[in-house]
Amino acid sequence: MSDLIRKTAAELAGLLASGEVSSVEVTKAHLDRSAAVDKAVHSYLYQNPESALASAAEVDRARAAGEKLGPLAGVPIAVKDNLTTTDAPTTSGSKILEGWIPPYDATVVAKLRAAGLPILGKTNLDEFAMGSSTEFSAYGPSRNPWDLERIPGGSGGGSSSVVSSFQAPLAIGSDTGGSIRFPAAVTGTVGTKPTYGAVSRYGLIALASSLDQVGPVARNVLDTAMLQDVIAGHDPFDSTSLPESLGSMTEAAKKLDIKGMRIGVIKQLSGEGFQAGVTARFNESLNLLANAGADIVEVSCPSFEYAIAAYYLILPAEASSNLAKFDSVRYGMRVEPNENATIERVMAATREAGFGPEVKRRIILGTYALSSGSYDKYYGAALKVRTLIQRDFDAAFAKADVLVSPTGPTTAFKFGDKIDDPLAMYLNDIATIPANLAGIPGMSLPNGLAVEDGLPVGIQLLAPAREDARLYQVGAWLEQAHENIWGKRMIDFAPELEVG
Amino acid sequence: MAKAELMNYEMALEQFEVVIGLEVHIELNTKTKMFCGCRNEFGNEPNTNVCPVCIALPGALPAVNKTAVESSIKIGLALGCSIAPTGRFARKNYFYPDLAKNFQTSQYDEPIAFEGSLDVETPSGKVHTVLIERAHMEEDAGKLTHIGGSTGRIQGAEYSLVDYNRAGVPLVEIVTKPVFGAGAEAPELAAAYVRSIREIVKALGVSDARMERGNVRCDANVSLRPHGTEKLGTRTETKNVNSLRSIERAVRYEIQRQAHILANGGTITQETRHWHEDRGATSAGRPKSDADDYRYFPEPDLVPVQPSKELIESLRASLPEKPADRRKRLAADWGFSELEFRDVVNADLLDSIEETVAAGAKPQAARKWWMGELARIANESEEGVVPNITPAQVAELAALVEAGKINDRLAREVLGYVLAGEGSPAEIVAARGLEVVSDDGALIAAINDALAAQPDVIDAIREGRMQAAGAVIGAVMKAMKGSADAARVRELLIEMANK
Amino acid sequence: MSEITPDLVRHLAGLARILVTDEEVEHFAQQLSVIAESVATVNKAIDADTPSTSHPIPMFNVFREDVVRPSLTQEQALSGAPDAADGRFKVNAILDEE
Repeated sequence: MSDLIRKTAAELAGLLASGEVSSVEVTKAHLDRSAAVDKAVHSYLYQNPESALASAAEVDRARAAGEKLGPLAGVPIAVKDNLTTTDAPTTSGSKILEGWIPPYDATVVAKLRAAGLPILGKTNLDEFAMGSSTEFSAYGPSRNPWDLERIPGGSGGGSSSVVSSFQAPLAIGSDTGGSIRFPAAVTGTVGTKPTYGAVSRYGLIALASSLDQVGPVARNVLDTAMLQDVIAGHDPFDSTSLPESLGSMTEAAKKLDIKGMRIGVIKQLSGEGFQAGVTARFNESLNLLANAGADIVEVSCPSFEYAIAAYYLILPAEASSNLAKFDSVRYGMRVEPNENATIERVMAATREAGFGPEVKRRIILGTYALSSGSYDKYYGAALKVRTLIQRDFDAAFAKADVLVSPTGPTTAFKFGDKIDDPLAMYLNDIATIPANLAGIPGMSLPNGLAVEDGLPVGIQLLAPAREDARLYQVGAWLEQAHENIWGKRMIDFAPELEVG
Repeated sequence: MAKAELMNYEMALEQFEVVIGLEVHIELNTKTKMFCGCRNEFGNEPNTNVCPVCIALPGALPAVNKTAVESSIKIGLALGCSIAPTGRFARKNYFYPDLAKNFQTSQYDEPIAFEGSLDVETPSGKVHTVLIERAHMEEDAGKLTHIGGSTGRIQGAEYSLVDYNRAGVPLVEIVTKPVFGAGAEAPELAAAYVRSIREIVKALGVSDARMERGNVRCDANVSLRPHGTEKLGTRTETKNVNSLRSIERAVRYEIQRQAHILANGGTITQETRHWHEDRGATSAGRPKSDADDYRYFPEPDLVPVQPSKELIESLRASLPEKPADRRKRLAADWGFSELEFRDVVNADLLDSIEETVAAGAKPQAARKWWMGELARIANESEEGVVPNITPAQVAELAALVEAGKINDRLAREVLGYVLAGEGSPAEIVAARGLEVVSDDGALIAAINDALAAQPDVIDAIREGRMQAAGAVIGAVMKAMKGSADAARVRELLIEMANK
Repeated sequence: MSEITPDLVRHLAGLARILVTDEEVEHFAQQLSVIAESVATVNKAIDADTPSTSHPIPMFNVFREDVVRPSLTQEQALSGAPDAADGRFKVNAILDEE
């Protein structure tokens, strides 16, 4: 395979800037890689070679003309299929939106275009981002390049597998309860959920509006930082968008210094329920940090015990309302019942046929959580737990600059293992959910391989709201420390995919 | 549909106390919609004032119109409400094809304004204090057109078409507390209340306040309870009462309908009812049910509104004169009798007359035109609406009469041409040559013709029997097709007799 | 204990406008009962005085100036519609009363 596809985005950017390669060459190399491996991996729901190559050619032209270009201009990218694109269908992994071509670009997509990143295609996800494995995608699951019988994480398994199978150096994800971080952990890649409001949600097909956040996915911390710098920033079209800039993540990722930093270990996110190999690697990293002069402190977040419960009330409640728009009137699928096809019955039949079982389950649960008589006990109570979780974080961040935990309780599980047990599936998100409830930023980066199965393990870093830069500072240092120990990047341990 | 039996109105009031409650929706006249930058405009091609927000495209997000918030606060202040330190948007969830998101972005437990009151004068001159529970911000729905079937109504339609141009137009909903003690005046009070609200929002400049366009819409709640009892009766909510006249009629109808049911041992079903102006009756809509579980929750896509004290005070300072104060001022300025003034108010013609006076007409002349000829035309029209004429045109007409250019009869004729769209009164008078003839030569010729037929008249006038002149004046008018200056004819006759 | 009965599932599915088969009703009732019981534990953590958090990052007064922006064209607006006529979205007859 071409050398170009194994390069980092930062390396490619350097080659492009110096004129050693063209964006068309880089883009083509990745398209060729997809032609060879995506049948097996199924990262993409839609590929857009013509549009990607046209964008690449335009960047090459602009560069030749001496126009000023952004740092990632010409580096191709894949975009999760829950962000609207005018030149590609946007389905959010659901049958109900099959073939829909939006008449507008998501703000993030517009930023990518403006920054000159050719968009290779749209990546797979659990239907409407509800899931941890992509098994709930209406178009079939994506596969983990480390072991094709295993899940690539979810909901953003398309984006995690697309970068870990070298089909793209960069991808965009969205994270409502861990959908960027858990997939990154199980594929040996990096993903960040920025502070809520740091990246515009305009054009992101909403799952749970108060939890959703768009973020960068890549194979290393620096690339992830560079991508966050491209997509972040205030957007007047998103009323929850932060008005202020959070500074340069790229610069933070280049500091490589953690001396004197206080690293908090969350008592409640370790031990029972976590796979032994996951815990072992986590403890090793704590030692690395301590040895390098970081100050390791234990913090307690007692309300985290209720985080999953609160999350699985808030999310379905908001989702039940957000997904009401899929009614067969203005876009998407329409199913006419055989008899008595009033619009009410057409809507109900369409939603029956168009939504998968997990989506229906959550819509019904959310409808229940909000219904009169249940509101206080469910949705209302969950909003209160949210306050407690924020207080726990406030207390923890009074003692620590960055918090750490394993990203997920296990390495990648096998297809089918949890599909019929919603509660077991939901437990996957135990470490990632609190950040969404509190709106704070979180990153997952590779943390070695588990001894028992040789699969990637992730470590999660959390920082206070608006302090995303700390994640990149600590993350980049830790990444380098691992590379020094393991001798190469974690992703380079991944088995070669059979090409064909 | 079987026509409901009604109890005689006086009997109903003898047996029951009437409790009403009113929900008025005001469409704001902002340039753009509540949550996006699309035009807030009436009458455009369907689905041309829409964006991803209006048609709820996946991924679209709302952004609150600042002017709409300020307008809402102004309305709250004008109604004497407290302004919430924190107002929050909430989603009201229900499925309907005119509601693109299948939830309405509204406000629930934290409305922008609450606890106000409004003094409302009924036609009898009595002033009622109506307590306002809340005023909150929300958005309008799209427009459905039902195609097929015989009536163009929803029943029997083959299909419906949806235009989302109106979807997202800013609304302020004003909700009263239950209104007690209006007695027989409840229907008039309901209408007078809505009229006052209209006057207020118009004076504030926050709404065009045109009821025929749906800028002001009213739902009327009515319940009855036996005199002397505490417990509120079951209420009905009558929708679609979109003129002042229908509000009054609908409330009266519901009182009579409910009284008949209750007096015969029946129970009132809690339901929405629809007013039919043509039949003068309400019909049952959907009963309240579990389907009305709207599952309100805080709108996560919008952040709370916390109006600063400075903003509130600056908006308060900008409030125009209160309607009651304005009435006092106009009554003093115009010098109408109390009865004349009240009639003007009840006919909802204050604005028209004020604008006509502002355009140069004398108050009595303006009143005469609006309350007289124009009101007559309105009454005779099918829709009962005031004809399409501007106050400036009425003022011009009055000025022509005042200057003696035309007489009253000619003025009415000119008015007809104005309404037919022929132009301004002055233009019509010129174009049609309708000016009164006061040229003595032409008048004397006509008088002589008339006297030839009635030679005795001159003698009669000489003898002081002036009433005899009438016959000649009439004949001259007839001969000159009404364009004679009657006063001048009379003067000439007297001159001729005294020669 | 089963808080979520099949009837309740039917009712909720009705509110959410989703047709459900009898089989699905049974299945959902079972799964949702387990989930509902589990999520109800949130009540153990809180009391009446605990404040609510609806937005993760507190912000207030985010407004848009009342300035017109370009709309979609009618063609764009209708581009995804399953059915349209006369510049409008076409839907089957509505069962409801007026």
